Amino acid sequence: MKQSTLMKIATTSILKNKLRTLLTMLGIVIGVGAVIVMVAIGNGAQSQIKQQIGGLGTNLIVVMPGASQQGGANRGAGSYSRLTVDDAKLLKQNGTLFSLVSPVVNTRSQVINGQLNWQTTIYGVSTDYPDIRNWTTSSGSFFGDDDVAASRKVAVLGQTVASNLFPNSNPIGAQVRIGSEPFTVVGVMEAKGQNAGGQDQDDAVLVPYTTAQTRLSGFVRIPQILVSTDSADQMTAAQEEVSSIMRDAHRLNGGPDDFTVRNQTEIADAMSSTTKVMSGLLAAIASISLVVGGIGIMNIMLVSVTERTREIGIRMAIGARGSDVLTQFLVEAIVMSLLGGVIGLGVGFGGAALLGHFTGWATSTPMSAVAIAVGFSGAVGMFFGYYPARKAASLNPIQALRYE
Amino acid sequence: MTTQQPVIEISAVQKVYVMGSNKVFALRGVDLTVERGEMIAVMGASGSGKSTLMNILGCLDVPTVGSYSLDGIRVDGMSRNALADLRNAKLGFVFQGFNLLARTSAIDNVELPLLYDRSGQKRDTRKLAAESLDRVGLGDRLDHQPSELSGGQQQRVAIARALVTQPTLLLADEPTGNLDSRTTVEMMALFQELNDQGITIVLVTHEPDVAQYAKRIVDVRDGRIIRDHPVVDRRCAADDLRDLDAARGSGDAAPSDSLVEAA
Repeated sequence: MKQSTLMKIATTSILKNKLRTLLTMLGIVIGVGAVIVMVAIGNGAQSQIKQQIGGLGTNLIVVMPGASQQGGANRGAGSYSRLTVDDAKLLKQNGTLFSLVSPVVNTRSQVINGQLNWQTTIYGVSTDYPDIRNWTTSSGSFFGDDDVAASRKVAVLGQTVASNLFPNSNPIGAQVRIGSEPFTVVGVMEAKGQNAGGQDQDDAVLVPYTTAQTRLSGFVRIPQILVSTDSADQMTAAQEEVSSIMRDAHRLNGGPDDFTVRNQTEIADAMSSTTKVMSGLLAAIASISLVVGGIGIMNIMLVSVTERTREIGIRMAIGARGSDVLTQFLVEAIVMSLLGGVIGLGVGFGGAALLGHFTGWATSTPMSAVAIAVGFSGAVGMFFGYYPARKAASLNPIQALRYE
Repeated sequence: MTTQQPVIEISAVQKVYVMGSNKVFALRGVDLTVERGEMIAVMGASGSGKSTLMNILGCLDVPTVGSYSLDGIRVDGMSRNALADLRNAKLGFVFQGFNLLARTSAIDNVELPLLYDRSGQKRDTRKLAAESLDRVGLGDRLDHQPSELSGGQQQRVAIARALVTQPTLLLADEPTGNLDSRTTVEMMALFQELNDQGITIVLVTHEPDVAQYAKRIVDVRDGRIIRDHPVVDRRCAADDLRDLDAARGSGDAAPSDSLVEAA
């Protein structure tokens, strides 16, 4: 029997019972729709988190002081800093896999503009800092290497600081006092928003680290060095290189490291693997409804075989083989569930878009999910359609013809 | 007739149904030969075994013992699939309950056997179905659904479906059981006309009136053929129709006349 005739027989039979077909498909429609919505939510959350982590800085490696020991008591990471500006300079000079290095010196201080004042964190950084943090100025410009070399008292304000100290005026070129020292505002950073920890990243003032060390904190030791690798693939190698340069600089000779090196991908991986588990869970729950939809198809197909016993008898009497009847019913089940799958895709995408619109959640559906959902619904049709189809095919034509 | 082999040749056929520990003998040794162009009526009360005989003749069932050749092909011992293919190629069925597919147009119903054809020959199934419907006088009802047709018309669709594959044998199981007396005569006129065109017909009926339109009657009782005789006083359905119309006093053209002219 020709493939096309088979399809024709199956589709006319589906179309003859529109309501029944619709109700049967509903299970698959809801199942596929639910899977698509859930995957969209999970995937959206994942990409949002990746974006947030990327916002911390691209390919970022953080060098922090190691743990110090005093009389056998380990005082934990960062308890005693042996990092110096020289370390940062060495890294900058010797690094082959990375080119951007910035020491970070931070202190909290009051910033004053005439009547207005604001307490914020002052970061002493190098000129590489904007590139490392993937952060640009919205007005004015960042300070230059000569400002760093000369320890000039110039400052770049974060958006939060700028809007609090200069609510109605242009801060560029204005004078502010940080503690007791006067600084010239040369630029304002663009808004960066909250970081993954919920901290306002715009509540900051950036000054040359040299200035921060001499005028503000007075410490030679620095709490952090930021390094940015040239490409994300070389993260591990770059991290290794940073460690070895640091070991040489501190003349450790195989002793325990007095610093720690971390990178953002570790954090990003941890976060995205968490959301991956979450979205997997959501999809698993949703796919249960797909299975329930499949059972619905089997249910209807079984009823339909009983209801159409006479039809099966007629078909057999006029020469249909058992395999013809089996294929007919199987094709009916597959076509129904595939059709349901396609409609479910529409419902899923619509539902995800609506949900995104009303809740503000980021949603995105990968094409692989579409392929899997459609493929799976076809497989569900085949799996749950086979038993009823076989039942139909094995009917005895004599009894089927007499069936009332 | 010619030297061709008989359409039906069964010998010493027995059919035994095993029900639990009981054995039910539906057929206890039947011999029957039907030549090409015959029109025979198989008669018998219910429980006589005529339905079992019909199922075996129709290749829906196989005999427990004995042999059956249809158009020279040995049927006993055939597989399910081979039987299905044989039914499609050699047989046309007409049932008491018409057995048309509901919500399916007349032409789609008639086309159905051609869709299950496995001979692989390319044919315009649509055209053949339309021609077959035209042959039974329903050329103008192609797209009507069974629910839109009268009982007689439905049975004609069933006959068109049986004829569309040009079968060797037309098997009619109580074809007039659900029809009123006038439509019964119309139907018999159609069968006689088809038989005159050379189609071999086996009718199963319990109505002696209907059997009188056949050329030969086979009486079945208790699983055996107890009498096999030619019809002495064969009735002509076309004449009977004319008489019926005359008796009604209306000389106007009976709708049934058209079918006699058909083909």
